[in-house]
Amino acid sequence: MDIPSDGLIVVCKRDCATCRMVVPVLQELVLSEHPLTVYSQDDPGFPEEIEGVVDDTELSGSYELAIEAVPTLIQMRGGVEQARAVGWDRAEWQVLTGLERLGQDLPATRPGCGSKSVEPGVAEILAVRFGGIHLAARRIEAPMLEDEVETCFANGWTDGLPVVPPTEVRVVRMLAGTDRAPDDVVAVVPPNQAPCTVEKVAINAVMAGCKPEYLPVVIAALEAACVDAFCLHGLLATTYFSGPVVIVNGPIAKAIGMNSGVNVFGQGNRANATIGRALQLVVRNVGGGRPGEIDRATFGTPGKYTFCFAEDEAGSPWESLAVEHGFAEESSTVTLFSGSGVQPIFDQRSREPDSLARSFAACLRSVVHPKIPMTADAMLVVSPEHGRVFRRAGWTKRQLRERLEQLLQLPGAELVRGAQGIEEGVPAALGDATLPKFRPGGLGIVHAGGTAGLFSAIISGWVASGPKGSQLVTREIKS
Amino acid sequence: MSETIVLLDPTAELLPATRKRLPRPKELEGRCVGLLDISKARGDIFLDEIEAQLVDRGVSVKRYQKPTFARVAPVGLMQRIAGECQVVIEALAD
Repeated sequence: MDIPSDGLIVVCKRDCATCRMVVPVLQELVLSEHPLTVYSQDDPGFPEEIEGVVDDTELSGSYELAIEAVPTLIQMRGGVEQARAVGWDRAEWQVLTGLERLGQDLPATRPGCGSKSVEPGVAEILAVRFGGIHLAARRIEAPMLEDEVETCFANGWTDGLPVVPPTEVRVVRMLAGTDRAPDDVVAVVPPNQAPCTVEKVAINAVMAGCKPEYLPVVIAALEAACVDAFCLHGLLATTYFSGPVVIVNGPIAKAIGMNSGVNVFGQGNRANATIGRALQLVVRNVGGGRPGEIDRATFGTPGKYTFCFAEDEAGSPWESLAVEHGFAEESSTVTLFSGSGVQPIFDQRSREPDSLARSFAACLRSVVHPKIPMTADAMLVVSPEHGRVFRRAGWTKRQLRERLEQLLQLPGAELVRGAQGIEEGVPAALGDATLPKFRPGGLGIVHAGGTAGLFSAIISGWVASGPKGSQLVTREIKS
Repeated sequence: MSETIVLLDPTAELLPATRKRLPRPKELEGRCVGLLDISKARGDIFLDEIEAQLVDRGVSVKRYQKPTFARVAPVGLMQRIAGECQVVIEALAD
């Protein structure tokens, strides 16, 4: 729509009492022979008293003029806006029009109403329709009469569950969740080493079912996953079970409603479910990491659909995982761990921390195989009821870790090949050695889970853990 | 009926946007060919001839028929064909 380059512009709608109130003012402006253009957002027949009202029911003029409320009075000169008054403010309108007696019968001020162009959900539709945002992604038309959810399946974009079809409007809404430009490259995603822009993350986040406010978490998770130390390429290609596990710390977890409590690894929380899924969809769609192709997992794990949770910091007896790794308590972070699945720990009797630590150690020993040390890392997830045992006794997280490390010094004689009648194990030459179950730094501890249940959990890691494989990576979440 | 819906490509756009056909088999040896009559007139005559030629070449063949050409094949029939055959030839026209 061509906006007049000179004169006065008024944008209004019939549905606004203030707009109806200022109709006599508009008539005064016409009589004063000011060049005046009136746009009507909801009814081109309004105001009846004014000739040549511009039909702006499509809202293109309102969008171009960035109208937030009606009535809005704008003064243009030489194609450049000189001034604007929003709502009715007699003094302001008088100054802007140069008419000292304008609207003298009306009240001094009256607020306007919201512009139809900024009603919820409308701004993004207008941005797409009138080119307010440039999206670079290739457009793909869903064939006529094909359900667009089926189109997503047919194009191979899904993880086996339906996705939200990534329309332009939905992607524009998603992009509102970040300050970053759509064409910013977030990471180079293996296995195809494809550069992934914020826009591509947003498209996959739409498909995963994310809300816009989750997008910064997805972006940070992708950044972390693509750091060399995390070894995403190897993790994708392995025959082992593992996939990326996303652990969220800091205030954002509460702000976006993440679950750190009841059923923390289970279904039912949108943020947990969709953030982890969005990461996996980016890996699939942008990186090209698809099962049966580069993903050669023998079993995989249900966590490869999504595995994302928040640490319960408020109820924890200890500093958080992020604080342990040097981040400030008030910062929000994602930590990526190569996890294979959840192994339960059942201990309903231990009331002393040493007894509970021994239970943990006995269960941790079976990670990967009770006879195989220093191969996979593990994340020990301590529940509130178990955490209480340590809190009461005043055990720090460091104390617990040190005790577990002591308890998990394994005699080589028990581990060598053939010991206990099991061919699997370490080479015979290590028979006299004492070997730690986990490499230094290979055992993480976080606090999460429901408040009832004397259980804890182990997320066992990938068999290629450590500097030669995958290591924990933490990244700060930025808007 | 319905408007075309435009979607944004979530991939790295390394492949053409058009969906690829499944690769055609180079030979029929060891494969079972399904012959699907969609219930249009004289489809059976065409398929009889195809069957005779395939059998002459030692290819195994199974015959199927849709209840009506006016509707898509029932799911059960599609699943049966997919389970029993690796190649399908449909007789489409009158």
